[in-house]
Amino acid sequence: MTLKVNLITGRTINQGVTIENKTSSDYQEATALCELNSKEAGQLGKPGSNIKVKTAHGEVVVKLKENNGNPDGIAFIPMGPWANAVVDPDTKGCGMPGFKGIPAQIEATSEKILLMKELIARYK
Amino acid sequence: MTVITDALCPFCGCMCDDITVSVENNKITEVKHACKIGVAKIMGHHRIKAPMMRTDKKSEFKEVSYDEAIEAAAKILAGSKRPLMYGWASALCEVHKKGILLAEELGAIIDNTATVCHGPSTLAVHEKGLPSATLGQVKNRADVVVFWGSNPVHAHPRHMGRYSVFAKGFFNEKGRRGRKVIVVDVRKTETAAMADEYIQVEQGSDYLIISALRAILAGQAAVVPDAVGGVSKEQLVKLVDTLKAAKFGAIFFGMGLTQSMSRYKNIDNAISLTTELNSFTKYVITPMRGHYNVTGFGQVCAWETGFATAVDFARGAPYYNPGETAANDVLLRKETDAAMIIAGDAGAHFPADSVRHLARIPVVQIDPYWNPTTEVANVVIPVAICGVEVEGTAYRMDGVSMRYRKMVEPEHPTDIEILEKITERVKEIRGD
Repeated sequence: MTLKVNLITGRTINQGVTIENKTSSDYQEATALCELNSKEAGQLGKPGSNIKVKTAHGEVVVKLKENNGNPDGIAFIPMGPWANAVVDPDTKGCGMPGFKGIPAQIEATSEKILLMKELIARYK
Repeated sequence: MTVITDALCPFCGCMCDDITVSVENNKITEVKHACKIGVAKIMGHHRIKAPMMRTDKKSEFKEVSYDEAIEAAAKILAGSKRPLMYGWASALCEVHKKGILLAEELGAIIDNTATVCHGPSTLAVHEKGLPSATLGQVKNRADVVVFWGSNPVHAHPRHMGRYSVFAKGFFNEKGRRGRKVIVVDVRKTETAAMADEYIQVEQGSDYLIISALRAILAGQAAVVPDAVGGVSKEQLVKLVDTLKAAKFGAIFFGMGLTQSMSRYKNIDNAISLTTELNSFTKYVITPMRGHYNVTGFGQVCAWETGFATAVDFARGAPYYNPGETAANDVLLRKETDAAMIIAGDAGAHFPADSVRHLARIPVVQIDPYWNPTTEVANVVIPVAICGVEVEGTAYRMDGVSMRYRKMVEPEHPTDIEILEKITERVKEIRGD
């Protein structure tokens, strides 16, 4: 089952609380996740299971979370290194990358969520 | 034990100034009145203890002295043909001033976190100006409050309580009951759930919807289709009626506008809507700035260079053109050959391709905390925390400047001291 969505990223309060503690498991808990409404999340697995988010710009494994504030077809990942593994870097002539409105595909996965250090190590 | 009252919170653009901090033996033991993000920021934790260096980014860091780290940082920057100096939003204005001097000395590009936040708002304000007001005016007068693409419950937790929604004001004795709150957003956020009216929009359609509102306001409802961006014409007409009925309306906007399709044009359009609403009643518009002093960098940079952000000194005189000179532009073009990241975290908050380029070039990091930028850094210089351990000036999201006091004595040098020493060494190396 592959779910096609429009991905947006942004702040959450727990992302803010842990923002100066990015080596912690609390930061990973707060930001390495993807929110979908329960209907769409249910097509992928149980809340807390791992999912892989793929875009034209990369792919990343995060935890599935339900948020019924999301309309159908909208996925949300809190801002941070996991979200930024898949956002659109194009600054569209004004310096701002595409952090919202990225076509993405999501599927269940048995792969693990990379730690912050492991995630950044992929770029070296 | 010392109790500091009316302390300022150094986290978000609200700059709450009613915080009580208890200090024992130069350690902060309790923080009262702040939101949970503010408490986490002020309490602090897990600092980088000493400067660190490494040549190979895949190897472990070795602890070094401050003098060694400053020497290495100066050599990297002085030897660079296209240095980028990025961050600044978690630092005070006095730090910005020193940073801009170093950027000028190096012929560097200096850019701040607005580049991934309200940078597009800056571009729009250049086009249209900003009909705005202080948060005090909003608190005392606003009877219609709009949050467009912003979620203060999560990002600015005390904004609604202190300034915009629940606060009682001079001309609004009823507080929440005296204000109509409208939230426009893609998701039904916790902020939307508290609103009197929630307008759910299709992602990326804000420009169209603002244009429709302007047409209806101008008496041209006939040209508006039955639905725009997922919002019915009926709802749009009703919204315009609500907006016009305000005695004092305040629009707050966030990343929903700056980061979605159309970027700065969304803000440009929203400012025009605000200006046009002023033909009927009083309206103001304010960006919900993220870091507490991201506004301050814009102020200092504007008065020092003439531009608010993304300033390129390569030509010897300040030049500015976001899209060409912003941090992600030069990283994605693989143009910059060395970077200094200070009081901001490009490693966490830039797209993967930008971080990939940072991983290929020498990087100097000046920061109190280990974060993803540290993972791609060669030289790491830990510093005191501005606003907690360092006094100085910052600008609230509405442009009001306030003075931070020291809560505790620092155990690390300040950003100012480090920047002064790096600048001095850079000048010596370059033979100036």
